[in-house]
Amino acid sequence: MNVVAPFEGIGASVRRKEDFRFLQGRGAYTDDFNRQGQLYAWIVRSPHAHARIKGVDTSAASRMPGVVAVFTGADMAKDNVGGLPCGWQIHNKDGSPMAEPPHPVLALDKVRHVGDPVAVAIAATRQQARDAAEAVGVDYEVLPAAVSMDAALKAGAPQVHDGAPGNLCYDWHIGDKAVVDAAFASAAKVVKLDLVNNRLIPNAMEPRAALGEFDPTTGDYTLHTTSQNPHVIRLLMGANVLHIPESKLRVVAPDVGGGFGSKIYHYAEEAIVTWSAGKLARPVKWTADRTESFMSDAHGRDHVSHTELALDADGKFLGLRVSTLANMGAYLSTFAPCVPTYLYATLLAGVYTTPVIYCEVKAVFTNTVPVDAYRGAGRPEATFLLERLMDVAAQETGIDRVELRRRNFIPTDAFPYQTPVALQYDSGNYHATLDQALKASDWAGFEARRAEAAKRGKLRGIGISTYLEACGIAPSAVVGSLGARAGLYEVGTIRVHPTGSVTVLTGAHSHGQGHETTFCQLVADKLGVPVAQVDIVHGDTAKVPFGMGTYGSRSLAVGGSAMMKAMDKIIAKGKRIAAHLMEADVDDIEFERGIFRVAGTDKTKALVDISVAAYVPHNYPIEELEPGLEETAFYDPKNFTYPGGCHIAEVEICPETGKVSMVNFTAVDDVGRVINPMIVEGQVQGGIAQGIGQALLETCVYDADGQLLSGSMMDYTMPRADDLAPVSVATHTTLCTHNPLGVKGCGEVGAIGSPPAVINAVVDALRDYGVRTLDMPATPSKIWGIINGGRRMAAE
Amino acid sequence: MPQVTLTVNGQTHTAEVEGRTLLVELLRETLRLTGTHVGCDTSQCGACVVHINGESVKSCTTLAVMANGANVTTIEGLAKADGTLHAMQEAFREYHALQCGFCTPGMVMSAIDLVQKHPEGLTEQQIREGLEGNLCRCTGYHNIVKAIAAAAEVMHGKRSEIARAAE
Repeated sequence: MNVVAPFEGIGASVRRKEDFRFLQGRGAYTDDFNRQGQLYAWIVRSPHAHARIKGVDTSAASRMPGVVAVFTGADMAKDNVGGLPCGWQIHNKDGSPMAEPPHPVLALDKVRHVGDPVAVAIAATRQQARDAAEAVGVDYEVLPAAVSMDAALKAGAPQVHDGAPGNLCYDWHIGDKAVVDAAFASAAKVVKLDLVNNRLIPNAMEPRAALGEFDPTTGDYTLHTTSQNPHVIRLLMGANVLHIPESKLRVVAPDVGGGFGSKIYHYAEEAIVTWSAGKLARPVKWTADRTESFMSDAHGRDHVSHTELALDADGKFLGLRVSTLANMGAYLSTFAPCVPTYLYATLLAGVYTTPVIYCEVKAVFTNTVPVDAYRGAGRPEATFLLERLMDVAAQETGIDRVELRRRNFIPTDAFPYQTPVALQYDSGNYHATLDQALKASDWAGFEARRAEAAKRGKLRGIGISTYLEACGIAPSAVVGSLGARAGLYEVGTIRVHPTGSVTVLTGAHSHGQGHETTFCQLVADKLGVPVAQVDIVHGDTAKVPFGMGTYGSRSLAVGGSAMMKAMDKIIAKGKRIAAHLMEADVDDIEFERGIFRVAGTDKTKALVDISVAAYVPHNYPIEELEPGLEETAFYDPKNFTYPGGCHIAEVEICPETGKVSMVNFTAVDDVGRVINPMIVEGQVQGGIAQGIGQALLETCVYDADGQLLSGSMMDYTMPRADDLAPVSVATHTTLCTHNPLGVKGCGEVGAIGSPPAVINAVVDALRDYGVRTLDMPATPSKIWGIINGGRRMAAE
Repeated sequence: MPQVTLTVNGQTHTAEVEGRTLLVELLRETLRLTGTHVGCDTSQCGACVVHINGESVKSCTTLAVMANGANVTTIEGLAKADGTLHAMQEAFREYHALQCGFCTPGMVMSAIDLVQKHPEGLTEQQIREGLEGNLCRCTGYHNIVKAIAAAAEVMHGKRSEIARAAE
């Protein structure tokens, strides 16, 4: 019987290989690793937002049962441990570099946010370490705190760092202000809007953890950590903090339970356990409890913006002027400075032909947890700003909100399209994604649904967002010129084993994205090797040559492209071996899905024949070709990729409670070529859930003293199953023109496109209440206040 | 120190614990059954859900001593010895109801109990409300809800195998 193998290549919804272990409790997350003689660390954290440390008394803690050591910042300083580095340098308007104050691993003279690490207790059990940490006496002189950006920028505000006068990290801008001001001077209409992009706490379900080991025989260190980019951690921690050469430091990021950006950065605890393991010559493990996650994982968003749009009499955009305050928190996290600049202001053209744009950004230090990239990072902030502005402009010009967008879309035939804010888009079709979403959501039939809802006493609204983002980061030379202190290529190795199975080594890291399946499909498609015979190795600096990791929806666009390039090398070498075996000219050898063929003949060799010949080179062109069949490629992208599309949200509001219910959500996204539709839909669904979370439920709240009020899952409203409704997700493809796969990236689009669609729907539902705009999240109390206060209580 | 004896996935264990030791700590640290996860410290996320005498319980909010004499099933104990997955595990895979896998053990254990408690079947809204005690940050729950509905059909004998997800 002939069994036809199911198609597993590009475009197939192959079920995930990694699910077998995850579904049976066999995943191996960092806290699941245990070592002989392992000790446990518990971090002593500041209970104050801002205080001077007058002394740390570890004597009582050191005498407690099971305690092996209690270390402070002074102990680390004695070993010349460096501060946590920042990976991106932004320059001020005047060309001077940003303020970059030191970020000690354990606080030295001052603590600067609730949760700032002060000391570490290390003991035989987790409970003993925790008990000891509670017994560490820290003598604090509490100082006034600069908690909100407003407060931090006021004259005479408490100074978070002596080296950052006025709490200003940088004052940056992009665009020609004079040209933009001139465009405003000639405008028929100017629309103004003030917006807050609410601060979020990422809350990946797996809390951060780290396990440090030291082998006194070899001098080798190993760190297991919950990271999205182990090679980056090795580089940053080895070179800047602990001064361990890469050859002596192995970093492993095993199964990681979600990241969403929060696990990109090099965190203090990684250095603490690695350094302590060396001091004590015993393995040291630390695992955050969720309370620590809230006060030590980098937060996201937190922008306050004033924005102005100039339009002509026909509703064509003439110029955009934006002024933004961006919260950095107490210290600069690894990528923090680039988020409100090159991942935000460069996106302010969106999908529109706005000819001139000026944006200035002040980044502000406050006595709060550091803020860095969170799913979307800068692009959600730009999108929220633009798409809220679209609706307000539509309202104030009387032009239909869909028509206003269409009128200003970048035409489908205008690609490549150079924006006024540095980026050049390679491809897209915004009319197509809009049309498809309008149809799928039955936009035209909405008023009937609104009327029907009204009969039930509900306020129904519909909202739209037509967005674009830049991901697949990033061309190294470009980001280098913008202040990045690293290259952003990716590395892939294809190892064809003698019997034809394949191991792929990749610098990308999967923490939910399904790489172990999608990447196999690339190999199945290109080399014809079944998915079951391909294994993906990632997350281990001892196995994978190098890599920059996973963030900015880059794994497939950059990491996948590296694999394609490595497979090209495999095929090129395979052709030379095949030509030798079949006594043909190498130029006459064709390759398709696992078969080398002499063109125009029935002479063929399978990939396995070639791999056997390569590793058992008895009949082999040994004089001109090395044995073996393994190739590595570094791929440096030529440009960002530009996914985009249209999100449409439909909500119902209960006027009695103010509760907003999601009733429909439609997304049509252009993510370039789709490798595994099932996984792409899952990524988009998850992103939308986080976007809806931002719009309706989630926000980080500090009180005026800098205490984190939303400091647990009982206080910070994570979306639950009954907060959400089914979402309709579809794709419309235009190919990326500059990478070998034509892919754009799908990890962040959901979180980028959705928040303004939801808020636009809420504002639409409240149209009879005089609401011009409202800040996220649209909580029941906020909505109830608007409904019951009428125009008087409406925001603005 | 108190001693507890309990049966986990069919195997009887006796262990000395502190009075404050949580069941999840006993499972993860002493028995090295690391499939059960800890995602929070306020009994909100449900990553730690196991079955105690057939009922779903948050093992982070259960003292180990409370499980003395109990019959505990964890995610490791669901599949048959020959490797056949439980219908709920199979449905999660078929419907792509997991991404990072961290909430998955608790989600699966909660879902099985939810389905078992509703032999009459479950509406989509009932499934969503039944998942109140479990957080997932990756999937947006869309596919989890579908997977549970599909598994329920098999668990209640309405189908012999998990319905294929729409392509």
